[in-house]
Order: sequence, then C-alpha cells, then structure tokens
Amino acid sequence: MTSVLQVRELRRSFGAVTAVDGVTFDIQPGEVVSIIGPNGSGKTSTLNLVSGVLSPDSGSIALAGRRIENATVEQIAEAGLARTFQNGRVFGTLTVAENVEVGAHSTLTALRPLRGLANVPVLRWISLLAELAVALLPTRAARSEQRRLRADVDQQIERFSARLGPRKSDPAYTLSYANRRRTEIARALAPQPLLLLLDEPTAGMNQTETAEVQRQLAALKAAGQTMLLVEHKLDLVMALSDRVLVMDDGAVIADGDPATVRRDPAVIEAYLGRRRERPARADRSDQSDRLEETESRVGETV
Amino acid sequence: MFDTLVAGLIHGNAYALVAVGISLIFGVTHVANFAHGSVFAIGSMTGWWLIAERGWPLWLAIVGVLVVTGVIGLVLNVVAVRPLSKAPPIAALLATVAAALILDNVAQLVFGARVRAFPPALPTNNLQLGGVRFGTSDLVMFGVTIAVMGALAAFLKFGRAGQAIRATAQDPEAALQMGIPVPRIQNLAFVIASALGGLAGVFVGMYTSNISPSSGAAAGLTAFVAATLGGLGSMVGAVLGGFVLGIAEAFGISFWGDGVRDLITFGVLIIVLVLRPGGLLGRSPTITTEPLTGTFNAVGRAIRLKRWQVWLAVAVAAVVIPLLADNYTLTVGSQVAIYAIVAVSMTLISGSAGQITLGQAGPIAVGAYTAAILTAINGWSFWPALLLAGVVSAVVATVLTAPAWRLRGHYVAIATLGIGTVCVAVIRNWDSLTRGAYGISGIPAPSLFGFQIDDAVGLYLLALVVLLITIAVISRIRSSHLGTVLSAVGSDEIAARSAGVRARDYKALAFSVSAFFAGIAGALLAQQYTYIDPTVFNLPMSLLALTIIVLGGMSSPVGAVLGSIVLVGLPELLRITPDVRIIAYGVLLLLILRFRPQGLWVRSAAKRTDPENLSPDGQEPPSEGDSSRLATTLQDDRPVGASS
Repeated sequence: MTSVLQVRELRRSFGAVTAVDGVTFDIQPGEVVSIIGPNGSGKTSTLNLVSGVLSPDSGSIALAGRRIENATVEQIAEAGLARTFQNGRVFGTLTVAENVEVGAHSTLTALRPLRGLANVPVLRWISLLAELAVALLPTRAARSEQRRLRADVDQQIERFSARLGPRKSDPAYTLSYANRRRTEIARALAPQPLLLLLDEPTAGMNQTETAEVQRQLAALKAAGQTMLLVEHKLDLVMALSDRVLVMDDGAVIADGDPATVRRDPAVIEAYLGRRRERPARADRSDQSDRLEETESRVGETV
Repeated sequence: MFDTLVAGLIHGNAYALVAVGISLIFGVTHVANFAHGSVFAIGSMTGWWLIAERGWPLWLAIVGVLVVTGVIGLVLNVVAVRPLSKAPPIAALLATVAAALILDNVAQLVFGARVRAFPPALPTNNLQLGGVRFGTSDLVMFGVTIAVMGALAAFLKFGRAGQAIRATAQDPEAALQMGIPVPRIQNLAFVIASALGGLAGVFVGMYTSNISPSSGAAAGLTAFVAATLGGLGSMVGAVLGGFVLGIAEAFGISFWGDGVRDLITFGVLIIVLVLRPGGLLGRSPTITTEPLTGTFNAVGRAIRLKRWQVWLAVAVAAVVIPLLADNYTLTVGSQVAIYAIVAVSMTLISGSAGQITLGQAGPIAVGAYTAAILTAINGWSFWPALLLAGVVSAVVATVLTAPAWRLRGHYVAIATLGIGTVCVAVIRNWDSLTRGAYGISGIPAPSLFGFQIDDAVGLYLLALVVLLITIAVISRIRSSHLGTVLSAVGSDEIAARSAGVRARDYKALAFSVSAFFAGIAGALLAQQYTYIDPTVFNLPMSLLALTIIVLGGMSSPVGAVLGSIVLVGLPELLRITPDVRIIAYGVLLLLILRFRPQGLWVRSAAKRTDPENLSPDGQEPPSEGDSSRLATTLQDDRPVGASS
C-alpha cells in the first residue's frame, strides 16, 4: 500500500534561519498524524511546504506516490490535498454555501471543460474560454454537474448542520469566528481530499467549541479520512492522533504513538523544559528539581 | 554617444529625485502616491512663476518651490491619505489618484493650460567637455542633486527623525508603541518627498525650458516605473532606477525617435514585473502574512432589483426617454450607456476578482481604432467590426497584462496604468495604420437592414441594446460557478489557490472579458464621434471608468449604470466645463472613499450578526472593522518571511 504522503529530507531556509531542516515522515491511508512543537519550530512551514505555498530548497514530497515538491499550490490541491489555515481564511464576500462550492472546484469536469489544458502555457486560454462559454450557455452535463455540486455542498454543510445550516445563505463575513473555522473545514472536505491538512483548527476557540471540533474530527477519522494536524492543544492531539511528530528547531526530534511521545525525554526537554534547561550556568542540584517539575507539568497537560 | 549619455544622466537625475519621493512615501505609509507627479508639475510651474513673473533669483525661487510643494505634500497626507490609514491600502492609492486629478486641474486653472517657456536662470551652453556642450545649469543640477541625496541619506541614517522614518517604514505598529509619533513622521515623509518632487520640477524646467501644468502625469508615471525598477520602498534603488531609466530612454530616443519614450518606460516596467517584481534592490515576496483575524473585509452586498423594477427601468430607458428627450439629451444618453458598458464589465475584474485597473482607456482606444480602421478605411460593415473591436481589444490587453496577474495590489494598478499609456503610445506612433496624431475621421454610421443608424435616437438605442446585452452577460457570469470562483479569488487569493483555483488565470480571464466590452464601447464611441484621435483616450478617461464603479459599488452592475448616469450624464446635462468636471470627479472620489467606501448601490455593513458573535463569556470577538468592499482587492503585499 502506498503512503498517502511521503516526505523525505525536506529542507527550507529563510535567510540564515533554517525553518525546516531535513524532515522525513510518512502518512498511511486512514492515519491521523499530528505535528507538535514549540512556537517557531517549523510546524506551519512544514505544512506550507507540503501544500505548496512555499517551495522547498531540497527534499521530496509525494502525495499518493506522485511527486509534488515542485508543483504549484493549485496542482497539489487537484492531486487531492486540502488544507485549512492557522487563523481561518474564508471568502468573506461569499455565502457559506458558495465557500464550500469553491472548495469543490478541483473536482469539477463538466463546468470546466478541457481542463486538461489548464497547465499548458497559452493553450490554457482554450480551457478558460471553454469555462466562460459554459458559464454563459451551460451544457446539459454542466447543468447536472451544477445540481450535483449543490447537493454535495448541502451534504458538507450537513456535517455542521446545527451551526452552519441556518446560515447557509449568509455571507461569510457575518459569521462568528468558530463558524468561519467550521466553514473552512467544510470547504476543505468538499473535494473529498486524500489528505486533509489542518493548521490549528481550534486556535482561538473556547473549551466547548474545541470539544465540538474534536468530536467532529474524531467522526472524520472514523470515516477513514487521512489527516495531518498541527495543533497546540495537547489533549486534542493525544486523543485524535495515531502518530505524533515532535518538531524543534526545524527537525523532527520524536516520532511515535501518543503514549510513547508523551514519555520521550527529548520531547519533554524541547517542548516544555527548554527554557529551563538552556542556561548552562544553571545550578546542577537545582536542575534535577526543575526536570521533575517539568515532567509533572507534562503529566498535567497531557 | 557621449552626449546621449549626458542627456540620459540629466533626465535620470530628475527621475531619481521624483522616484526617491515616491519610494520614501511608499516606505513610510505603504501608499503608492499617484499624486506625486502632480506635485512635480506644480513645482515646475511655481518655479516658472517666481522667476519669470516675480523676478526672484534662482536660489530664492527654489526655496519658494520647496515651501510650496512641501505644504502641498502635507495637505495631501492630511486630507487624502491619512484619513484612510485604517482602510485597505488600495483606498489610499485611489485617494492619491483623486488628489492628482484635483491638483492637475487646479494648476491648470491657476497657471493656465498652455506651455510656458522656463526662463534661462543659468547658462545652459557655456561649457564643453570631450566634444559635448553643456552648461553651468547642468552642473548645478548635478551638484544639488548629489548634495540633496547625500543629505537625505545622512538624515535617514543618523538623524533622530530620519531613524524614526526608517523605523516607521519597517513596522508602523511597533514604531508607534516605541513612542514614535507615526502620524507626524508620515507628514514629514510627505513634506520631504513632495519638496524633492518640486525641486525636480524646477530642474526639468531648467533643462527642457518648456513646461506645462499637465506634464505631471507623464513625469509621475516615469518616476513610478523608476521606483518600481529600483524596488518600491528602497531609496538607493529609486536613485539607481531613475538613472537606469533615464539612460535607457536617452539611448532609445536617439535610436528610434522621441515617440518611443512611453514604450521604453513601460517596456522596462513589464520586464521588471516579469523578471524581478521586487525591483533591483527590493526583496521578492515569499509568502504573505496570514491576516490576524482572517480575511473578512467585505461589508455590504449589492442591492438587488426585483424583476418588475428591472423591466420598468428598461422601459423608461428604451421607450420613455427616446419619446420625450431632445437630441442633445439623447446624445448624452448614448455617452452614459457607453461608459456604463465599460463600467459594468469592470465590475468583474475590479469588483469580483478584486483587481484595481487604472488603464481601461487602453482597451477602449484599441476597440475604437479597430472599428474605425475597419469601417472608415477598409470599408467593412459595422457589425463584424464591432465584434472584432472587442476581440482585438481583449487579445491586446490580455497579452500586455499577462505578467501582471501573478502580482498583487499596487503592481496590478501600475501595470494596468501602463497598458493605457502603451496602447495610446502605439496608436500615436503607428502612423501607417492609425494615421497617428491626425486621427481618423469620417467613420461611417452603422446600418441595420438597410437603414442607416445616424440620428441621435438610433445611436442611443444601439448603445442601450449593447449595454443591456453587457449587463445580461456579466450578471450571468457572476451568478455562475465561474463568478463564484472569481469572487473567491478577489476575497482571498491564497485560500482560493489552496482550493485548486488558478487565481492568476481567472484574474486574466476577468480582465479579458472587461477589455472585450471596453473594446466594444470604444467602437460605439468611435461611431458616435465619427472622428477619433489618440488624445481622446487619456488618463482621466480611465479614472472616470474606475470612479464610476467606486461610486456605484465595486461589484454591482446596477451600481455601475447609476454611477455612469451620475458621473457622465449629470455633468453633461448641467453643462459643467471639462476642467471643473474633472476636479469634481476627484473631490467626489475622495468623499466616497472617505465616507461611503462600499459605494452607493450597496447596503452598508450588515446589521444582522451571528448570534455566536457573543461568546458565552459575553465578549465580542475581534470585529471585522469598517473597511470596505475595496478591502478584498488588496491584501498587504509587503514581502515578509514565513510565519511558523
């Protein structure tokens, strides 16, 4: 069975800072993998590299066996990857339903005739003009695809029916923050992606809302959705993940199931104890106390 | 060879002075100041007035010019730019465009529109080096420029205010928190930049000895290209860009003649945009910041007409007006309809896809000339010529703007501005095809089923029918999946791309469609005028088209029609003279941007909010702010590193 995602020796620097430094990992079908790590450890940069928003200096990325490290964001989306953003990016002027509709854009064929030409210079205009023609004079196939699209959109909104259902036709800028995040997740799921990247899906949410998102993600996982999750809230990570990658200074310092990672001393040091461990001048006897204190804190958080 | 180089250096000298001002303002306020060229022209005119009319000595006149232009810069910031600092940068950009219209035309009223001879303040031809003759005047210009640049560099590096300027340029928020009075620093930047622009105006006057109040637009554009070439925001880059551009132009002109100046300027711009959009010394953007509260800038939705209201409006326009109105009113009605065609189609690119276009006169000109050449010279019948006018215009505009769509914000505005200038420059220079500056006359009236459409009613109805077709097509696109996708691109380009939407292609497509209809409108305009020449298709025409949709609401076709009635019809019916009219456009644009940024035909900020906006602890989450629909047109396009 091929991995859904295969990342090998991924590297990217910004000036003198190496944000991602030789990251390697795999995601198997149906797996939920989380990346955790302190702020600035390279989690979001990794996500941006995988989704094509950034291009890597070196290394390879394969999505379901297809190399994508040099592909554009759009091509990667068409290859079956969907993502959400750290702070929630919805299309403010569009309604909730239209937001989700745009999510399904990469799956359309009748509404986008000759889309095979979209990657060819100059000739891509043929596909653009064909799309324009279909918009003005829809073919029978286009009309039926439009109906199917509406049904798909309703189905995605159904996931969050209590929250988004009544607001389906409202423009997204009128939504609450949590509803924007829900809209974003619905949009990302619309193309039925091979891999869903979630960048801090519960950032800025209170406990109730976080618990709700956690239930929904667990339901997705149960339905077999492969996911890559970047998240700070450790209880969410530990509950959902099959595997956890821990990053620090751009490198993966631990990789394993949640229980193993939770006990890994390197993780404890990097993730929670770093500031306490860094000063080399620190008193020896003092330090062992602090390490214990750190571990107990890890126990609490986890 | 050597004298060409000297000419290039002297022009480059002036470009550098103007470009430094543009870069300084861009650095500190993040606004592309399109009024800078107007300040330059006013500097020129003030210098002429002080020396020739008041008899001041050169040095005193220069001081006078510095004061006048410095004050104008201050007013510009306080009145036009500063109030919009919380609005998206594109609003401030449009405000400077409006200010440019006002300044140019006020200068014309004050100084008179004609070209003046700048008095020879210093000898221009008394020295010789290596066979090239030059004068004390040139040496003084060089000396002063070098001294000014040196002083500016030292001020920015060592002066307290200079350091504050640099700090503000890097991060206004942080600067404010460190106790730097950012508004005052921005005022200072405007004063310094505008004074430099005024100085350049005097120098160019001394060099070319012919000046006019309308020279600002061209000078401003050239300096803009110079600043972009050097890297917007980089002072050294601006100087470098100014000299490179000056020298390139001088050699181009010595090889191909004076007509190619605009072509070289914008050729350089296109090359920069393709190869190195960040400019020679600027950094290329890697990834844009994720907006902190997400991208929820839009406020308001276009008001929708009911079906009977639509039919009523059509009935009034098609039946009542032709029956009641006199010929003059009908001619005005045709003008309104023609501009409405341009504006309605612009809602697709500037409203939906969120790209501000400042050069729609370009595609209009291409369409007008295509139709005129085919019908008047080649004897084609009107209808195929009309269609081909749209097609040619769309193709030309698409090819010329191709490199612009992977960029955002200011660059798109500058590139489309370039299209307008390039199209007209080509038309003016291609004598064999377009008869150059003479224009084309005797454009025949269209005929339908053997009837000539040559009276006011006929032409009005023709324009009206084309307008209705345009509205139908644009509305249909907007309500289709394609329209949804275009709005997504305008709303949040990164998110749209991540959903597999080829943002760049869709922006190009939206622009082509709007250029197609602009071309059609141009053809109708040519029929209406029966005579066209290149001067018809000027910058005010482009800005008028943009003002119409800003007034109506960027994404509302109905609003565009209303905007056209207000901005094209009313001034004509009230018989306001052209210069006053343009000033009025400018003032109106400023007022709309300031007080009703969503436009007239758009409901203001939704009163209905999500009940969840009040979270259990009773706290309001970060609000959307009161920014406008314009907001979607421009994310901050500062180059920044990746966020992690």
